[in-house]
Amino acid sequence: MSNPKSAYNIPTKKSKSGTHIIVVWVDNEAGVLARVVGLFSGRGYNIESLAVAEVDATKNISRITIVTTGTPQVIDQIKLQLKKLVPVHKVADFKREDKNVIFKEMALLKVVGNRSKIDKCLKACKTFNPVILDKTKKSVVIQITALRREIDKMNKKLKSNGLVSTSRTGAIAMTRGSEIFK
Amino acid sequence: MSKLYSGAEIVFKCLEDQDVEFIFGYPGGAVLPIYDELKNHSSIKHILVRHEQGAGHAAEGYARSSGKPGVVLVTSGPGATNVVTALTDAYMDSVPLVCISGQVPTHLIGTDAFQECDTTGITRPCTKHNWLVKDIKELSKTLHEAFRVATTGRPGPVLVDIPKDIQFAKIKYMKPKKEKKSNGKLHSNFSQEEINELVDLIAKAKKPVVYTGGGVINSGPEASESLREFVRMIGFPITSTLQGLGAFPGDDNQFIGMLGMHGTYEANNAMHDCDLLINIGARFDDRITGKIDEFSPKSKKVHIDIDPSSINKIIKVDLAIVGDVNEVLKAAVKTISQKKNGFKNSNKQNVSKWWEKIEKWREKDSLGFINSKESIKPQHAVQRLYELTKNQDTFITTEVGQHQMWAAQHYKFNKPNRWMTSGGLGTMGYGLPAAVGVQIAHPDKLVIDIAGEASVLMTMQEMSTAVQYNLPIKIFVLNNQYMGMVRQWQELLHEKNYSESYSEALPDFVKLAEAYGCKGIKADNPDELDLKIKEMLDHKGPVIFDCRVDPNENCFPMIPSGKPHNQMILGPNDKEDNKITGKGKALV
Repeated sequence: MSNPKSAYNIPTKKSKSGTHIIVVWVDNEAGVLARVVGLFSGRGYNIESLAVAEVDATKNISRITIVTTGTPQVIDQIKLQLKKLVPVHKVADFKREDKNVIFKEMALLKVVGNRSKIDKCLKACKTFNPVILDKTKKSVVIQITALRREIDKMNKKLKSNGLVSTSRTGAIAMTRGSEIFK
Repeated sequence: MSKLYSGAEIVFKCLEDQDVEFIFGYPGGAVLPIYDELKNHSSIKHILVRHEQGAGHAAEGYARSSGKPGVVLVTSGPGATNVVTALTDAYMDSVPLVCISGQVPTHLIGTDAFQECDTTGITRPCTKHNWLVKDIKELSKTLHEAFRVATTGRPGPVLVDIPKDIQFAKIKYMKPKKEKKSNGKLHSNFSQEEINELVDLIAKAKKPVVYTGGGVINSGPEASESLREFVRMIGFPITSTLQGLGAFPGDDNQFIGMLGMHGTYEANNAMHDCDLLINIGARFDDRITGKIDEFSPKSKKVHIDIDPSSINKIIKVDLAIVGDVNEVLKAAVKTISQKKNGFKNSNKQNVSKWWEKIEKWREKDSLGFINSKESIKPQHAVQRLYELTKNQDTFITTEVGQHQMWAAQHYKFNKPNRWMTSGGLGTMGYGLPAAVGVQIAHPDKLVIDIAGEASVLMTMQEMSTAVQYNLPIKIFVLNNQYMGMVRQWQELLHEKNYSESYSEALPDFVKLAEAYGCKGIKADNPDELDLKIKEMLDHKGPVIFDCRVDPNENCFPMIPSGKPHNQMILGPNDKEDNKITGKGKALV
């Protein structure tokens, strides 16, 4: 879009966007999630998924994992802006392609159908650590953990085999090996 | 056992321990316990404003001119929402404010109670941090923390929301903790290597320019001293943003004027053609950079800033030094002085050709205008005001618009903290209440609000405050009967369709002044201007000066939309420009 009557700069060069996983350690206090999420919406950054829970009950620390896309400059800004928030302790940033980091999402799948349909679904889920959480004659609730695109795929694939409801978490991340992020 | 204090008492004990002398505020239901306590604390004076926005801007004026945080006290609901503009303004311009707001009692929060609003929710994006105090045990700690957050690192506004029942509850008071290292929010950990690299770049530069901003002012008066020493030592030309004016003397030969959209020809051309750009405490705002892709294309860029998120936000830089401006400059000066064999002199040789070029640009006299004998030109009015006040320590505030740019261009500042203007947010109505705050901080100094007639009407009610506290502020209104900058843009960019920019039905400012109980002066003839200005300056109380100026004057030079620094429109004095006005209109 070019508007010759605007005095604001309209960038002509655009650098490439990448997917990043931002992990933020925050004080678990009222409104802290609103601060983090508000920063993203206020500055026009993107949130693809979000996972948050307290991880240290004695120190009251919550860990927020955000999947976002942006140019390197935007990702840098996200990190620096997050670090400015008072309740934020530290911020880690992982590239989606990083082999040293484990990314996982969890999904609950409810399948309604006859025996053979349910079996087909279970078989399809086999590589994603399926756990059967509930079972009746005509239905099953399966828990799987996988990458986002794998869950996307399963979600599509199982529709024809009686998948009626999907509930999924945002991605969470952890580095491989003995190192931890400081 | 130590004494128990009510929440309201604790508020004042905290303010006393933080050396607060003035609060700008407006009472209401949810802060009555605090107002009730006011009488017991004689060291703290409350300034009653006429609108909460005025309280916020007055506190900003106080903070900017004194270097101390401004304190605002407002009630819940409308009190808090009215102060939002001022908080946002302070956030954009990095002004330390502590705003205390009342809130409905905790058990009523969330019930849509009378005068309830989600104050912390509303102010979250326009404060550095905010707190809702739900437990009396947290109150003193939170208030001390609020002052620390507002004043450390890059300063800014904070808000503490205190429900009414917390103001009544009783508890022991906790003194502020001694300076503790804060949670990584202070960033002055630059290295000597970075300073060495900076000095190397300085030594090699042939066409350098120093570009300073409000960060120098925020770093304290000492930073301005360091800046002067640094710049005189290296002999480079220096330009400043709107907010940085006064850090370096405006009448010094090394100062090449303000840069940016309405900056001088020499400053903007120097920015465009330089080979080394040293940004000290400025943030590459879009009114400064113009077209980013063509911003200073040939230069190495250095950025000194206390806020790491300012680095590479808009312009990618080659060397970033994160730290307090004063400390960085002191380290740089020290390093340069230690270098042997008169590095300073040889470097001045290096840049002598560059100075010749700058002098050529200077000859354009881009701030020039065609003066008139019939009508007062607004630039002339500012120049006369400057000439007649430059011998005393004068504090200038402004509103927002053409008059603000003319004030920045034609009023020369020689000291920091003398220039208070709304740059980031561009808040019309800032100047009058800010002048109130400045005069509170400096009761014996001359304080002038250079205003426009449209802006000043937005917060005109604060004249009442000025009269109440006998604050002799001078409101110098450049009255052109238009929202001048809007009119200018409509003339240049919207085919002279002056949609809604004419100030219809203006009040008689002289009578208005008299209605408020202060003095009104009107000038509409260049011959009487000096006499009238002197009359204003001689008057002991507040004055509204209605300076009737040429309504058709435009503010030049101007970098038009989406253009780089070297494609400015100059004023009517410039011949080349007359060519541009024909065909070039399409470019604008």
